[in-house]
Amino acid sequence: MTEPLLAVRDLSIRFGDTEVVDRLSLTIRRGETLGLVGESGCGKSVSSLSLLGLLHGARVTGSIRLDGQELTNLSPQGWRRVRGGKIAMVFQDPMTALNPLLTVGRHLEEVLETHKGLRGREARKFAADWLEKVGIPDPVRRLEAYPHELSGGMRQRVLIAMALAGEPDLLVADEPTTALDVTIQAQILDLLANLRRELSMSMLFVTHDLGVVERVADRLAVLYAGRLVEEGPVGEVLVRPRHPYTEGLLASVPGFRARTGRLRSIPGQVPSPSEWPSGCRFHPRCDRAGDICRTTRPDLPPDGRPACHFPLEAGS
Amino acid sequence: MSGTATTSRFALALRGSLLARLSLGTLAFLYLAAILAGWIAPYGYDDESRAHSWAPPSQLRWIQGRPCVHPVSFSFDESARRVYVEDTSRAIPVRLFVNGRLFGLDSLEAISPQDGSSARLYLLGADARGRDLLSRLLYGGRISLSIGVVGVSISTFIALVVGGLAGFFGGWVDRSLMRVCEIFMLIPSFYLLMLLRATLPLDWDSRVVYLSIVLILSLIGWAGLARVIRGLVQSLRSADYIVAARALGVHPLVVLRRHALPQTFGFLAIQATLSIPGYIIAESGLSLLGLGIQDPQTSWGNLLQESMSIAEIHLHPWSLIPGLALFLAVLSYNLAGDALRDALDPRGGR
Repeated sequence: MTEPLLAVRDLSIRFGDTEVVDRLSLTIRRGETLGLVGESGCGKSVSSLSLLGLLHGARVTGSIRLDGQELTNLSPQGWRRVRGGKIAMVFQDPMTALNPLLTVGRHLEEVLETHKGLRGREARKFAADWLEKVGIPDPVRRLEAYPHELSGGMRQRVLIAMALAGEPDLLVADEPTTALDVTIQAQILDLLANLRRELSMSMLFVTHDLGVVERVADRLAVLYAGRLVEEGPVGEVLVRPRHPYTEGLLASVPGFRARTGRLRSIPGQVPSPSEWPSGCRFHPRCDRAGDICRTTRPDLPPDGRPACHFPLEAGS
Repeated sequence: MSGTATTSRFALALRGSLLARLSLGTLAFLYLAAILAGWIAPYGYDDESRAHSWAPPSQLRWIQGRPCVHPVSFSFDESARRVYVEDTSRAIPVRLFVNGRLFGLDSLEAISPQDGSSARLYLLGADARGRDLLSRLLYGGRISLSIGVVGVSISTFIALVVGGLAGFFGGWVDRSLMRVCEIFMLIPSFYLLMLLRATLPLDWDSRVVYLSIVLILSLIGWAGLARVIRGLVQSLRSADYIVAARALGVHPLVVLRRHALPQTFGFLAIQATLSIPGYIIAESGLSLLGLGIQDPQTSWGNLLQESMSIAEIHLHPWSLIPGLALFLAVLSYNLAGDALRDALDPRGGR
C-alpha cells in the first residue's frame, strides 16, 4: 500500500491547561473520503482547523504529514501555500462565510490570484468556469452578485467552488450541510461526492450526522471527548459498531438499528474539556463500564478494534 | 450590507429628516462658495482700500429697476472715529459678470469723475484696512473648510493602519501599538501647538503653516480612532469569512485590507463627519490666537481676531459674521453626522 495522503499522528491540541484533542491519529488515502463523526464539543472542528494551522492561541503537538511533508513546523509562508492550495476547507455556515461586501466573482478571483497567479480577464473566465462546475446557472452574470442575493444552497456552492479553485489534494468539509434545508443537503452532498471523484481529491468530512456520513464516506472515525474511539470502513462501523459509544449513537438515530424498534438515548451529556473523566472518558455514561475503565485509558489498536476494555462482540 | 442598500437607506433617512437635508444643503452651499471663491467674491482677499476703513455694509438701492450703491465718504466724529455718509448724487449699478467675477461694481463706473476716488461694494462691510469682508470670508472658507477634511483623512488613514494591524494580529503587535497610541493620547494638543508655534520661525509661508497645522492636528488626533478600529477589527477576526479567507491561503495583510477594514467604513464615515468640526474649531482657535493663518491670508479664525474686544463688536458688528459661518458649518456637520448614523446604524433608535 502506498503512503497515505494525510497522516496525522498523536495530534494533541491544548488551549491553556485544557486539552481539547488528545493524541488523535488519522490517515486518509488518496481518493478516499474519511468521515469524522462525534457530538458537539468533541473536538471535530478544532481538529480540522488544526490541519490548516488556523488555531489561534492553541498549542498543537504531534505530527501532521501531508504527502510526506510535515505541516506542524511550517513557516507562515509555507502554511499559506498549503491553505487553499493543498488543503482547502468548506465551512459550516454559508450565510457568514462569504464577505458581504464583495461579489461572488471577487471571492473566486482572490483564490485564483493567490494559488494560480491568474489576474484580470483570465481569472474572471476561470471563476465563471468554477461556478459552472458547482452547478450555478448563468455563471457569468452570477459573478457580479453579492452574497445576500444568493440562497443558502447557492452560497454553499460558491464556497465549494472557492475551495476547489486552488485544486487542493484534500478537501476538509466541516459540517457543510448542517445549515441547509434537507432537500438542498442532498444536492450539496452529491455535488461534493461527484466533484471529489472528478478531481480525484481526498476528503475529510466532518459531521455529527450519521445519515450524511453513510452517504459520502468510505471510512469512518468516531470521536468522543477529544479521543478517537473507533475507526473502520463505513459499512462495518455503521452495521456492527464495536464501541459502546458508537453503538449508543447509532441507536439514537432513526433508521440505523431498526430492530430495536425504540430509539435509545445515551444517558448524560458530553462533559466539557476541563472536566473530562480519568480512564476511558466514556465510562460515566457507559453501561458496560467496569473498574478498569475508571482508571486506565483504553488504546485504539490498529487492527480495527475499538478503544474499549469491553468492546461489543461483532454481531452482538 | 451592500453599497446600494446603504445608499438607499441614507436616502430614506434624508427624506425623513428635514434637519439632515438642511444641514447637507448648507454644507454643499458653503463648500461650493469656498471652492468658487475666486469667482464669486467681488474682490481679492487682500484687495484693500484705506479710504474705506471699517466701512459699514453697503446699502443696496433699487434705482431704475436695478440694484445700485451710492459711493460713501467719511468725516470724523468727536471721538475721532470715521462716520460714513452716502453720496446720493451718484449711483453705481451692481453688475453681473464684471471684472472676470460673478458680480461687483464695474471698475470704470466706480471711479468718481470729481476726485478720482473709487466706490466699493461691501455687502458685509469692510475691515480696518478697507478689505471686503464677504470676499475675505469666501477665501477664508477655503482654509477653514478644507482643514477638517484633510486632517480627518490623514488621521483616519493612520488610525486604519495602526488599529487594523493591532486588532488583526493581536499579541505583541497589539500591545506595542496600543502603548504608542496611549502616548499620543497623553499629548495635550493645544499646548503642544502653542509651544511649536513659539519655537518655529514666524516668517513661514501661510501654506506651510496651514500644512503643519493639519499635520500636527491629525498626528495627535488619530490615537482615539485607532483604538476603536482595533476593537472593531478584533471582533471581526473570528468572523467566518475572515477565517475562510485565511483558510484559502490569502496573505494576512490582504485579508486585513480587503476583508476586515472595509467592514469599518460605515462607522468611519460617521466618525469622520462628527470629527471634522473639531478640526475646524481647532484651526479657528489657533488662528484666533495668532498661531495659525496670518494676515493677509484669511481663515474664519483669523477674521474673528478683529472682533475680539467688545468695543470692536459694538462699533463694527459685522465683524462677527465669520463666527456665524463657523457656527453654521460646525452645526451642519454635527447634524449630518447624526443623520448618517441613523442611516448606517439600524440599532440606534431615534
